[in-house]
Amino acid sequence: MIELTVNGQRHEVDVPAEMPLLWVLRDVLGLIGTKFGCGIAQCGACTVHLNGVPVRSCTLPVTGAAGAQVRTIEGLADGTRLHPLQQAWISDDVAQCGYCQSGQIMSAAALLERSPNPTDEEIDAAMAGNFCRCGTYNRIRKAIHTAASFKTADFVNAAEEVKA
Amino acid sequence: MSGVTNLNRRSLLKVTGLMGGGFLIGQLGVSRALAEEALQDLVVTGELNAYIRVTSEGKITIYSANPEMGQGIKTALPMIIAEELGAAWEDVEVLQSPVDESTFGRQGAGGSTSIPRNFDAMREMGASAREMFIGAGSLVMEVPRDELDTADSRVVHTSGRYMTFGQLASLAAKQEMPDPGSLEFREREDYRIIGTSVSGVDNLSIATGLALFGIDTRVDDMLYAAYQKCPAIGGKVVSANLDEVKRLPGVVDAFLVEGNGKVEELLDGVAIVGTSTWAVFNAKRSLEVRWDESDASKDSWTKLVADARALEGTRGKTVTLEKGDVAGAFADPASRTFEAFYDYAFVTHLCMEPMNCTAHFRHGENGESDSLELWIPTQFPGRNISTASAMFDVDEANITAHQMRLGGSFGRRVYSEYVCEATAISRRVRAPVKLTWTREDDIHHDFFRVGGFQNVKAAVNGEGSLIGFEHHFIGMSHDGQPTMGSWFRKTEFPMENIDNAHATSTLMEIDTPCGPWRAPGSNVNAFVVQSFLNEVAVGAGRDYVEFLLEILGEPRWFEEGNIRSLNTGRAADVIKLAAEKGNWGKQMPGGSGQGFSFYFCHAAHVAELAEVRVTPDKQIIVDRVTVAIDVGPIINMSGALAQVEGSVIDGLSTMLGQKITMEAGRIEQSNFDDYPVLRMPQAPVVDVHFIQSEYEPTGLGEPALPPLAPAVGNAVYAAMGERVRSLPFSEAGFKG
Repeated sequence: MIELTVNGQRHEVDVPAEMPLLWVLRDVLGLIGTKFGCGIAQCGACTVHLNGVPVRSCTLPVTGAAGAQVRTIEGLADGTRLHPLQQAWISDDVAQCGYCQSGQIMSAAALLERSPNPTDEEIDAAMAGNFCRCGTYNRIRKAIHTAASFKTADFVNAAEEVKA
Repeated sequence: MSGVTNLNRRSLLKVTGLMGGGFLIGQLGVSRALAEEALQDLVVTGELNAYIRVTSEGKITIYSANPEMGQGIKTALPMIIAEELGAAWEDVEVLQSPVDESTFGRQGAGGSTSIPRNFDAMREMGASAREMFIGAGSLVMEVPRDELDTADSRVVHTSGRYMTFGQLASLAAKQEMPDPGSLEFREREDYRIIGTSVSGVDNLSIATGLALFGIDTRVDDMLYAAYQKCPAIGGKVVSANLDEVKRLPGVVDAFLVEGNGKVEELLDGVAIVGTSTWAVFNAKRSLEVRWDESDASKDSWTKLVADARALEGTRGKTVTLEKGDVAGAFADPASRTFEAFYDYAFVTHLCMEPMNCTAHFRHGENGESDSLELWIPTQFPGRNISTASAMFDVDEANITAHQMRLGGSFGRRVYSEYVCEATAISRRVRAPVKLTWTREDDIHHDFFRVGGFQNVKAAVNGEGSLIGFEHHFIGMSHDGQPTMGSWFRKTEFPMENIDNAHATSTLMEIDTPCGPWRAPGSNVNAFVVQSFLNEVAVGAGRDYVEFLLEILGEPRWFEEGNIRSLNTGRAADVIKLAAEKGNWGKQMPGGSGQGFSFYFCHAAHVAELAEVRVTPDKQIIVDRVTVAIDVGPIINMSGALAQVEGSVIDGLSTMLGQKITMEAGRIEQSNFDDYPVLRMPQAPVVDVHFIQSEYEPTGLGEPALPPLAPAVGNAVYAAMGERVRSLPFSEAGFKG
């Protein structure tokens, strides 16, 4: 049994030690928001936070995450309150196909935690490891600025949004 | 619109639920009391037609029937319905419809045709429901129909009195369905939703990581599968170390699958089934397979290049166009002539979501028929159903397909092979199975954008005007027929516009599968023609924008009234607008340049202007791309801008370094580490200008991509004097 803490919840999983965290999240825990794109840590679709640091979960053996705090796209909102990036992604209509976007948002969230008001250059550097085949890069950059500019009062309650 | 289309649309208006048992209040002229009684019904949801439901609380559900792959129709098509209905967009919830072409009509997406194919049908859905609401409002408010209209989810009287859609939903659903021929559509100047910017209807789910995509499918007792096909395309499986593979952790079963030899359906392979995706991916690495490659592809890119190069400077044997006196135009002593040989590589689709399908084949017991349930990311769900029905001998009525959101497609998901593979595996293991391809499978077994070669010649007269054009297209064939995308039509610009033109073709037979890739044919023909015409203009000392406008000539159609034919007036307008907005001809600093291009495809006239810097070590930096485009009225402005921005960035990504090669029938690239994709720091500013002309609206998924490569190539030439005649530009030593 391997003990994992994902989005604040503790899990015990019975999987081979070398199984990448990505597949534990998706196939064992049912957290399908984290995506498979390449399997070789090249595309960024599988980005999650390990103790606040963005990592590629497709090559990280699950044992490497044992004892650490794992955060996925499903754990980004504060309860039903959307993370500012999630709200900005909606208001700036970032996604096209949408497949890479949870990885993009996780990379951006780690950036905002260490640099709450990033420059274009900081954004480009932090996001260069996340591919988007649809070419939404300019809107991603804009949405990160939008999120950085949000005040707490701007946040939308996700539960209300879902209901609407 | 044809009669067939009208018939289909009429059938769309049929209501399956309430109408059957309902009564035709409007027709019978029933009393107010009866109308009020109807309003008291406990009916919670009024079904106005196949696409629209309205609850008594005023919530409006609109079905989106066509596949969503990032092109935005899940938002844009319902916007059209909502406009005609008179809904307030915030009251609208959009749901992906079931796959049921008898109810929803054709359910597919491709060729940038979703908007033009569905614009009138969606308007009819909305207008029909609007008339039913007006009928209900007329009864209850006791005013004539023609004094009522709808707006903001209300039926509003000219006096300002109104009733809400929620109040009228039940009664409206009981109104007689209007004759589609009697419906009138709103005037453009009255639009409240069409033409505005609406955020994609799935954005909340995407931003919070909810299940949407095919690969996210999870059903009870589901197993996971991987499938290994022969690296040399079309090889047959002989044997494999199945016993060894079955002993690996999490593996439930492993077996050989015999295909039917059709690459778009089911090729031979080895299936591995297990308890997680990782278990089967991991086991796949230990798989050792003996293949019989006697009938497999032997394609070699090196040989194709050598064979094509041998044809440089020649005409092909098959003549596709011969008009005027080409020889005379070239032989005239006053003429200046130009000739060049262009080439472009195969490329892969590289959808971010690899091919996958979840299938549950249920063996009929006790005389029951077999049935099949499928969860598919696909551009054509109906095609998958008919293919699976024939292959697995399951009645189409017993096949349920769920259309899942596509994590990109670009023309990739139009075949059924991943559906057939998943079904074959599920049938064998008697359990629901999610098949996921590895990225390596996804690249090795794509239907590629075909590579090719073109020899082009042009003559200009003493005034520098284009008077002759000669073209030799060297493409690829499957069984003697041009592959998807291997074409250079006689309507290609500028052949219709000049008096003397000659075009031939040569096809080289290959086995490598080819398929539609974002603007097939156009995505390479635009590069060749717009780069070459720029060479000619430069050589003749002409300004390229003026040269293009001169070739286009007076405003006219090439096929009167057919928006899918070149309209030189629309073309000239986008060229002038892009030149103006991009400040064409401005002074550029050393090492930088402007490049211009124009292309017409998918009923769209597009001009692009690129501003490029080239460093001494041949790095191309594209700072800005200005786009002017006429696709008629825009439905969703935000979505339309996104398609153009994305096409420009995708076009740049592809032209800079993307290349698929094959030797001994094997694709040589495998993953993102040997197939470069543009990253955020390389993304240019994209400045988009729409000309919202009065013509019918048309699609935007493809047409902004083709002009990008020649615009950038022409700018590279302007910046440093080197003409690049190959795609990708990395072939000429450039990098992104």
